Amino acid sequence: MIPEIGHFALILALCLAVTLAVVPLWGAWRRNLGAMALAPSLAVGVLVFSVIAFACLATAFLQDDFSVRVVAANSNSLLPPIYKFSALWGNHEGSLLLWVTILAGWMAAVATFSQQLPTVVLARVLAVMGIIAVGFLSFSLLTSNPFERLLPSTPADGNDLNPLLQDPGLIIHPPLLYMGYVGFSVAFAFAIAALLGGRLDAAWARWSRPWTNVAWAFLSAGIMLGSWWAYYELGWGGWWFWDPVENASFMPWLAGTALLHSLAVTEKRGLFKSWTVLLAIFAFSLSLLGTFLVRSGVLTSVHAFATDPARGLFILVFLALVVGGSLGLYAMRAPTVTSRIGFAWLSRETLLLFNNLVFTVATLTVLFGTLFPLVMDAFELGKYSVGPPYFNAIFVPLMALLMPVMGIGPLSRWKQDSAARWRAELLLPGLAAVACGLLLPLFGQGYNLWVALAVTLAAWLVLGLARDLHNRIRSAPSIARGLRRLPASYWGMQLAHFGFAACVVGAVAVTQYSIEHDLKMAPGDSETLAGYRFEFLGLARVEGPNYLAQEARFAVTRNGRPVARLAAQKRRYLASGSVMTEAAIDDGLFRDLYVAMGEPVGSGGAWAIRLHYKPMVRWLWLGALFMAIGGLTTVADRRYRRHRAPARAPGGREAAHGTPA
Amino acid sequence: MAPRLKLFIPLALFGVLALLLARGLQLDPKELPSALIDRPLPNFSLPALESGDMLTNATVTGEVALFNVWATWCITCRVEHPYLEKLAAAGVPIYGINYKDDSSAARRWLAELGNPYRANIVDAEGTLGLDLGVYGAPETYLVDGAGIVRYRHVGEVNDRIWESTLGPLYRQLAGGESGS
Amino acid sequence: MRLCLTVLLMLLALPSAAVIETYEFSAPELEVRYRSLSQELRCPKCQNQNIADSNAPISKDLRRLLYQQLEAGATDQEILEDMVRRYGEFVRYRPDFDRNTVLLWLAPLLFLALGGALAAVVLRRARGGPTQALDSDERARLDALLADKDRAQ
Repeated sequence: MIPEIGHFALILALCLAVTLAVVPLWGAWRRNLGAMALAPSLAVGVLVFSVIAFACLATAFLQDDFSVRVVAANSNSLLPPIYKFSALWGNHEGSLLLWVTILAGWMAAVATFSQQLPTVVLARVLAVMGIIAVGFLSFSLLTSNPFERLLPSTPADGNDLNPLLQDPGLIIHPPLLYMGYVGFSVAFAFAIAALLGGRLDAAWARWSRPWTNVAWAFLSAGIMLGSWWAYYELGWGGWWFWDPVENASFMPWLAGTALLHSLAVTEKRGLFKSWTVLLAIFAFSLSLLGTFLVRSGVLTSVHAFATDPARGLFILVFLALVVGGSLGLYAMRAPTVTSRIGFAWLSRETLLLFNNLVFTVATLTVLFGTLFPLVMDAFELGKYSVGPPYFNAIFVPLMALLMPVMGIGPLSRWKQDSAARWRAELLLPGLAAVACGLLLPLFGQGYNLWVALAVTLAAWLVLGLARDLHNRIRSAPSIARGLRRLPASYWGMQLAHFGFAACVVGAVAVTQYSIEHDLKMAPGDSETLAGYRFEFLGLARVEGPNYLAQEARFAVTRNGRPVARLAAQKRRYLASGSVMTEAAIDDGLFRDLYVAMGEPVGSGGAWAIRLHYKPMVRWLWLGALFMAIGGLTTVADRRYRRHRAPARAPGGREAAHGTPA
Repeated sequence: MAPRLKLFIPLALFGVLALLLARGLQLDPKELPSALIDRPLPNFSLPALESGDMLTNATVTGEVALFNVWATWCITCRVEHPYLEKLAAAGVPIYGINYKDDSSAARRWLAELGNPYRANIVDAEGTLGLDLGVYGAPETYLVDGAGIVRYRHVGEVNDRIWESTLGPLYRQLAGGESGS
Repeated sequence: MRLCLTVLLMLLALPSAAVIETYEFSAPELEVRYRSLSQELRCPKCQNQNIADSNAPISKDLRRLLYQQLEAGATDQEILEDMVRRYGEFVRYRPDFDRNTVLLWLAPLLFLALGGALAAVVLRRARGGPTQALDSDERARLDALLADKDRAQ
């Protein structure tokens, strides 16, 4: 009964979404206020029914209702309850329901927090989101119904959740990632609404900025968790594989990064309007493209869902309608007159333009590299693989190009700045950065040019940030007062840029300084890696809730002093029989020690063991976390929340401007 | 170019991308053509399963033939076995490459299920398999009279496959030879 | 038979168990090259994995071949070419620079050049314009829009 309620709720959500997609747009066109005013309640309605559907599916999972096909295929009665819940999005159908629910959540949030918007704008924004909801709800109902039953042949027990997904990181990784993906639909909807209204102005940029920042923050956190999970769960110690599915989440992030910087220029200076709109369309289109790539099977990936050409076709048609439609609208309605607003070559505008350039080129290159095998196959030119060596070769120089400019960015002035001022401000940070680059790698495993370069650039960023902070609080009566006076959006920028610098140092240090050793070890053996002595103490049998494991126990010492005890496992899951490596990691701010078990070697109780020394790998994820927190912090800025001014009647004026020609 | 026309560039680029993706839906990214097509069968010198005599390229080439990679641990091989018998009965020369298998188990299998093969090359270590670019069993190679690999089929050979791809190619090669 | 099926299904399943092998190299440089080459070669049968991380039987064979070739003194180039001869261009994650892949390798430069040209045009235009962002009329409208709590009636 519960699955049927869920199914019915999903159908009702679709009905409301269709109404939302049609009626407010019609209202905006005919200037019918009643029709426009329906939008917020409809958006909330879609959320209510999506949540009911979601709750019904969650109940089916938690109650082991194996008559529901996705539950039977992805859960098992032995599974711990938390994983039964997260098994909901460990499959195509359920994850799509999560997608839809999150989209409805963003819609309802826009409806709730944007009451100060002119009715016509809010109506258009919500209607555009409604159109997207219609697409995904019908996708779910028509091709991937999560409530499909296996009647009467209900299996006695389920197939189990893939053991790789039975992990705390994977409980929250997909929701965060989808929050980001789907969150870009808000910026997209604002852009489309602005195009429909025929007015691309600073107001539009200000409205969509906080939404974009939040979506970007979630996406950053989601990608970070995915990378962290791959590092400890896949047992390989890698943290980024440039797999098509990873790229599918990384491309919207890159485009989103360009977008949120471009929005800053548009809001502050009224510049790059047309370009910013294009980026908003681009970022969300890449989210949709990612969905297509992950679920259609056109590219091979380790992480792809079970694929089905019918689903691929559905998303492709939807993608063509949404992206084609919005780019068509852009072509028809984007302003052709170039902006009259000027700025000097040395100015913040120029630097942000450069940022846009680098991130757009990076996005396009990742897109092209990801699709290249498909291009070659389509033209029958052979089968090619494009992997990490290519992407690293492209990406590292691009980031190296960006960072020198990024260091000046926060210090620079709008409209016009001067080289003399930059010299005066940045001479000291520059020299100090070079000194850091020369000295700090001496603490690593031997001097390394790449690390020196990364440290120099990162120090350049951080010292530039510090210099700027110093300038801003210099005139305040006390440091505390000065710090408190700074707006939240400024703190957000500081945190995010700092996080970026940490990421770069972490990525380069771990790539250059990692030590990895695969060897045969029997209990009693020991091996020394980067000054750490790993002693294999012995083996033990461990019983988990739904698995049996062999556990290899290690004691790590350094210069005779104990550092850590590590217990790596090799698990056999009872329901599926699959074998999993569970790495043991001793984490630290400056290094991780990592032990993983392979297979037994010979008959003497020896095992193939992998030992890793991973310096500064945590900086990657801490850096990404800083970026995410930075993105969220900007939303607290006062300028996004004030406006309780006495009512005038400019809304009517907007509507007058806003009718399509 | 008129300013308005320039704004259509993103739409046009997206159109190209959409066409590419639509084409992509019809392609199978996992299907790999053999790198050996139109190149000679790699050199080898391996024992025959039945007699233990050394087999080389020279002993197995000379006429158009199928080379079938099989093993007793391969489930699909058992499924395709009856069809291979049918082909052999129809006069198609088939050589077996017994890939990473236990020879006594392989002999039992042939005694039990019948032997459609002219001869079986024992590739216990998978070295010939590596040279051929085999990545699993069953795989079937079509080799012409000059010892040149012409086609590879990955997976089961059955009536549908034979009638649509392998068969016509075989007849064409065999016919061309008898004609010349 | 049953067991075979289970084993096969396990091999086809997601990568789960780490691949750890204990080849003994005659020189430490060989181990470094082994590691980097095994990460650059793609497992022909897997979803999307290099042979270092994949536990498919074919990857195991390829790793052994790679080990033997390294010990026999082959250069990286020779080893890669040999692998391509067996399995096609598909096996290398770093596509060779040839007629077909020219566009791939030049794409970033092309994008950068196009974008740079576009940015240059924007910059040249911008230098002429007035530096005031919004004229007073626009400023008033922006304030009105942002300050407006009431929605259009």
